[in-house]
Amino acid sequence: MIIWQILLDGFAVSALYALGATGFTLIFGVSGVLNLSHGALMVTAAVIAWAAGANWGMDSLSASGVGVLACLLASWATYFVIVRPLQKSKAIAREEQEIFILTGTLLWGILIQELLSYFYTANAKSVNPIFEGVSLIQGVRVPSNEVFTALVCWVSIGLLWLLVNRTTLGKVLLAASMNARGVTLLGFDLSWIYLVVWSIYGVLAGVAGVCLGMFLGVSSYSSGPLMASAFTIVVLGGLGSISGSLIAAYAVGYLETLTAYLISPAYRTIPSLVLLVVVMYVRPQGILGRRSA
Amino acid sequence: MKKIPAQRLIILAVVFLIIASTLPLYAQAYLLGLLTVAYYFGVFSMSWDLLFGYAGEVNFGPTFLMGLGAYTAGILNNQFSLAIPWCIVLGSLAAVIGGLVLALPALRLKGPYFGLTTLVAVLLLQNVIIFMSDLTGGEIGLTVPDVIAINEVSNYYIALGVLSVSGFVLYTLANSRLGLILEAIGQNPVEASALGFNVTKHKLSAFVVSAFFSGVAGAFLVFYFGSASVGTLIEVSVGVQIIIAAVLGGRRTILGAVLGSIFMIAATEALRPLGTLSTFVVSLAALFVIMMAPGGLLALLLSKREEESAP
Repeated sequence: MIIWQILLDGFAVSALYALGATGFTLIFGVSGVLNLSHGALMVTAAVIAWAAGANWGMDSLSASGVGVLACLLASWATYFVIVRPLQKSKAIAREEQEIFILTGTLLWGILIQELLSYFYTANAKSVNPIFEGVSLIQGVRVPSNEVFTALVCWVSIGLLWLLVNRTTLGKVLLAASMNARGVTLLGFDLSWIYLVVWSIYGVLAGVAGVCLGMFLGVSSYSSGPLMASAFTIVVLGGLGSISGSLIAAYAVGYLETLTAYLISPAYRTIPSLVLLVVVMYVRPQGILGRRSA
Repeated sequence: MKKIPAQRLIILAVVFLIIASTLPLYAQAYLLGLLTVAYYFGVFSMSWDLLFGYAGEVNFGPTFLMGLGAYTAGILNNQFSLAIPWCIVLGSLAAVIGGLVLALPALRLKGPYFGLTTLVAVLLLQNVIIFMSDLTGGEIGLTVPDVIAINEVSNYYIALGVLSVSGFVLYTLANSRLGLILEAIGQNPVEASALGFNVTKHKLSAFVVSAFFSGVAGAFLVFYFGSASVGTLIEVSVGVQIIIAAVLGGRRTILGAVLGSIFMIAATEALRPLGTLSTFVVSLAALFVIMMAPGGLLALLLSKREEESAP
């Protein structure tokens, strides 16, 4: 039975990782920004959803909605307060823009994290699940919540896929990720495209954050580790490649689950870190990376 | 970028040294203790600045190098009762070896890819330390039986000495031929190698120098604290503080990093009454400087008034 247990648990955890990483990779692919406040944004969604349920007496579905909305707002704020001014700044040389965006978003993430722990304490919180109870799959008792999480993650990823591949908007985004200047020559406003991407990103990170809060629980100090795992998955899969991130998320998710079940939960992160180092040496651009490393 | 005149930088350094070396005459032991830590962290930030500001390598894991130095020195003293000077020598040697290990991916990877590898190096070191708790004390930490000096004033002068020597060497190196070549490599490795510079050799030497000073300061810090723990020396958040200090002080200046470190430690301490909000305020101030004055504190203090005429 432990095989099914590992397969099912690993599937749900990996789905969550995948959703958390897609938004991050989308932002990098389209606008070249590595947003180090990613973990803090996910935590914002979870903590606000928790507060909406516990403090403001909302039912779990609308509380989750409020959490996602909060993350969307925080994502816009990240773009307008930090990223855009740094990109427009004349005092920063082109080749140094990257480190400034990294440092700026990192500090921004710390600000969010500290504010959240000031208002809602740093204790671990779990968002009220939308579905309660337990289902029986292949003789393994699986919380309905876990099934729901995996489902939501995959539906969100599927919607993103449809958006990118089947709509005009998606084609514009794809084109912007390939050649930003070319898109502006076709008459599209680049700052409008960026706003759209940051909005999609906010919703994705929000859904991932709320699901995480329901499934595993978060505290404001999870933002660092969350950031690190999203970063790992995205680099492993190849920066900017969404399908690469999905493969990497499953590789990392299953490696962690296997280690946790078969060896010890204390060592769950070590094998995936080693995997990452090996991939970096053998194939520096990641599994499906297209930008040259 | 605005150029900071070297003359003003040297004047500021001399003023700083005069104030710093006369401080024990009238300052309280509490302030001296604070500055002792700030000076060691200044060395970490300066070493980071050599790698980032000059060689263009985004190293997210400065704590990997200082941690190796600190823990090696600490373990040698704790387990084998080696005398402090030997511990410091061997600790910095361990850091240099770590620097070479870190340099290997740097020769192949660029930008965020290299950055992540350094982050992973920190996480792996952290796991190894917790894993080998017999030797390292695990999560609780390591205590060393020996300390450099009990007296607060002597400790302060030792830290100031380490800071001054490291600062002098790093600044001289950065403004020498080596620094110039590193800067060229950081901006365009292909063109630099086309000009006949050996990219591998110069990058390796930057890592070795950076690792050496990180290791030395790390080892000294262990014997000042009398202990080493993951939370104070290794964790990614400690590394983040070092990076913020360097960027805040003004990157590609080496000496700015000292200013940044003193600001970070002093501000965190001064805002302690705010409780949990103190980190918030310090980060906000740092963010403000980075957004409004990307040249950092040093450029605010020293750059020429006629900014428009600068190229």
